[in-house]
Amino acid sequence: MAGTKAPVARPLSPHLQIYRMTLTMAMSIIHRITGGALYLGTLLLAWWLIAAASGPTAFGTAQWFLSSFLGRLILFGYTWALLHHMLGGIRHFIWDLGYGFGPSDREWLTRATLIGSVGLTLLVWMVGYFGLGGGR
Amino acid sequence: MSMRTPLGRVRGLGSAKSGTEHFWQQRVTAVALVPLTVAFVAILVSLLGRNHAAVVQILGSPPVAILMVLFVLAGCWHMRLGMQVIIEDYVHGETSKLVLLMLNTFFTVAVCLAAIFAVLKISFGV
Repeated sequence: MAGTKAPVARPLSPHLQIYRMTLTMAMSIIHRITGGALYLGTLLLAWWLIAAASGPTAFGTAQWFLSSFLGRLILFGYTWALLHHMLGGIRHFIWDLGYGFGPSDREWLTRATLIGSVGLTLLVWMVGYFGLGGGR
Repeated sequence: MSMRTPLGRVRGLGSAKSGTEHFWQQRVTAVALVPLTVAFVAILVSLLGRNHAAVVQILGSPPVAILMVLFVLAGCWHMRLGMQVIIEDYVHGETSKLVLLMLNTFFTVAVCLAAIFAVLKISFGV
């Protein structure tokens, strides 16, 4: 039967391990990882909102966890992941519109996203700590 | 027996049969999420150090509650699409892929509904 012949072994494109890691490639991977982290982070948001809706006792428990060292670490990571993913998204909009594909543009955009996300995260936390009583 | 090549057969049918729709919804929610994320972060920062009564009062005020609901709605829609792509990229077994795609929908819908329910309960007050 000619129809049952095994499929031809067609060439496949090489995958991650064959390329030299570049900053743009690392950022592409980080964009996906931060997206996955934010996916899980919504559980935390839903839990906190439900606690607030349930009353002072439940809210107190949520606040106790979130203001613990581990809680603050998670929130700091969540802040960075959120802002990084947002800036990465803006980078994708720029590409969607057909701009920023040149070698220097790519590198510049990548650096701007990284510096921007770290800078914004620190800014948000400094405002929170020194301006609005997040240290309490 | 078909004389068509595998490429010819698959052309026009993306992995989900609706590639552009997926892409478009992904981008529409992404555009919406830029201002909504800024608002979300600003709201949360403004709640720092406040007690339950104050947090509930701020979260429950209509503009804040509406922004929170919009953020959760756009965010959950966006993350369902994103996780779908991750699953399709990395899970190759047909059964496990289908199960995970289904769980992805269940998870995002449940989280979305829970968060929105909480905001509405706070806002409508009880």
